[in-house]
Amino acid sequence: MRRVRQSAWVLLALVVIGSLGAGLWAPADYATQFREAPNSPPSHQHWLGTDELGRDRFSRVLYGTRVSLLMAPAAALLSTLLATLAGGIAGYLGGWWERIAMAATDLFLSMPWLFLLLVVRAMLPLNVSPITSIAVTFLLLGLLGWAASARVLCAGTRGLRDSDFVLQARASGLRGFRLLALHVMPNLKPVLLAQFWISIPVFIISEANLGILGLGVAEPLPSWGSLLRELEGFTSFGFEAWKLVPLLLLVLVVSSFQIILSRDEVYA
Amino acid sequence: MRKLVRHLAAMAAIVVAGGLLSATLVRLAPGFGTDERQLDSRLSSESVEALRQARARDRNIPSFYLHYLLRALRGDLGESRTLNRPVRQLLAERLPVTARLVGAGLLAGWLCAVLLAVGATLTRKPACDLLATLVGALFLSVPAAVLALLFVFASAPACLAIALVVFPKVFSYTRNLLAKSYSLPHLMTAYAKGSGPLRILVWHVLPVAGTQLLAVAGISVSIALGAAIPVEALCGIAGIGQLAWQAALGRDLPLLVNLTVLVTVVTLAANWGSEFAGRDLRTREA
Repeated sequence: MRRVRQSAWVLLALVVIGSLGAGLWAPADYATQFREAPNSPPSHQHWLGTDELGRDRFSRVLYGTRVSLLMAPAAALLSTLLATLAGGIAGYLGGWWERIAMAATDLFLSMPWLFLLLVVRAMLPLNVSPITSIAVTFLLLGLLGWAASARVLCAGTRGLRDSDFVLQARASGLRGFRLLALHVMPNLKPVLLAQFWISIPVFIISEANLGILGLGVAEPLPSWGSLLRELEGFTSFGFEAWKLVPLLLLVLVVSSFQIILSRDEVYA
Repeated sequence: MRKLVRHLAAMAAIVVAGGLLSATLVRLAPGFGTDERQLDSRLSSESVEALRQARARDRNIPSFYLHYLLRALRGDLGESRTLNRPVRQLLAERLPVTARLVGAGLLAGWLCAVLLAVGATLTRKPACDLLATLVGALFLSVPAAVLALLFVFASAPACLAIALVVFPKVFSYTRNLLAKSYSLPHLMTAYAKGSGPLRILVWHVLPVAGTQLLAVAGISVSIALGAAIPVEALCGIAGIGQLAWQAALGRDLPLLVNLTVLVTVVTLAANWGSEFAGRDLRTREA
């Protein structure tokens, strides 16, 4: 199992490095069209062939991976921050603050995640520029994905609030923000980090689901979601296997995250 | 009894708040209040004005929502703007389709997950454990929409796509729960007394893990309902998921509010049902 985890780390590092250097080793820009060769199979010039608009698929996979792998952690950071604000403060203050925060959490958790995401995304403008669509999609993931983490953080903060060392710090005259910053937050760091890492694969998959349903990142900018939309016109595993490369990459990256995170889950 | 009443009151408050949140979001969406029928040159100016008036009534969200709640209490759920049909009729037609799809998916997903988790725990071989972890991680990494597309391509039953979404999550929880239950000290005694693996599983492990598995059962309903949206939308199944998809894209306020309320009720009922069943089980054990 240790070797599998090490392999997952190596794979993740390779994919991240590969996508960050997309501008260096991609044979073409993600939007450049080779109009004489639409839907072409893999060749020396186009390693993964071209899509129906004649764009080099390998370049699009590299750029799409960069979008998904940079924006999902950004959304995870936002959701963890919101969860800290809602859950951490509610757990620390307790009483009515905690009840109100937990009622808001219940409201968000009472709807299936994908249902909530689809409804709210469809309410926002759909005909927007590609850059705006990236911002809208991942901001939405960050803004809506805080509820489960907030619940965990609230429970963690409540536990710390009632702990002996915090009681002793209170007795020594430490109050309010200083107590929170010096004693509570440093002890919450492992929970915060766990919530952050758990959110990344969830957001990658959610973006892919939205992209396939046409509510993700807008064309011509690629992301794993928009690249996977190509599977709608998929006709044969044998003849068009190269179209499955974005899916394979997504599965490998998210599986790597799951395998790395599974150790913490078992220890927890 | 008092706890039950309190739970029901909390559930009603969350459902009402969920509906209000959904209505507010639709009201704030761009393009709300426009009706392409207003551009139809065959309609008289009176008809166009009537359409405009009908839309104007929905602009005030508190008023719309209050009227909606009062009408809903009488059994009138309004009319869908995009499909031009009563919402009640639409829900009555499509709810059984989704119930069958989600029910079959849950059953298949749970069956696979529990069997694999029990197998992986009982064999206690590192290779089996690794294989089970990899299978779980693989299915956890495939988006529900991709599974739906692959199932359309393979002409396989769509309920299996839902099963594959539910399976890895249930498997992961179940395996961890079983591993914890098998490490309890009283099981060592049972082993020492010569109890067989099946007897230990049925009499000593499942009762311990049962209450927590019931909590997972509640969560899995929510997971399956969420997965039903892309599966129904991409497989062309006329259920609640596809209806939600159409309502969201068409900004159909009455339909969307009703669907939000319905989905919230089902999710809450599943979660609280499993919670009460778990409590009942714990009380009986005590």
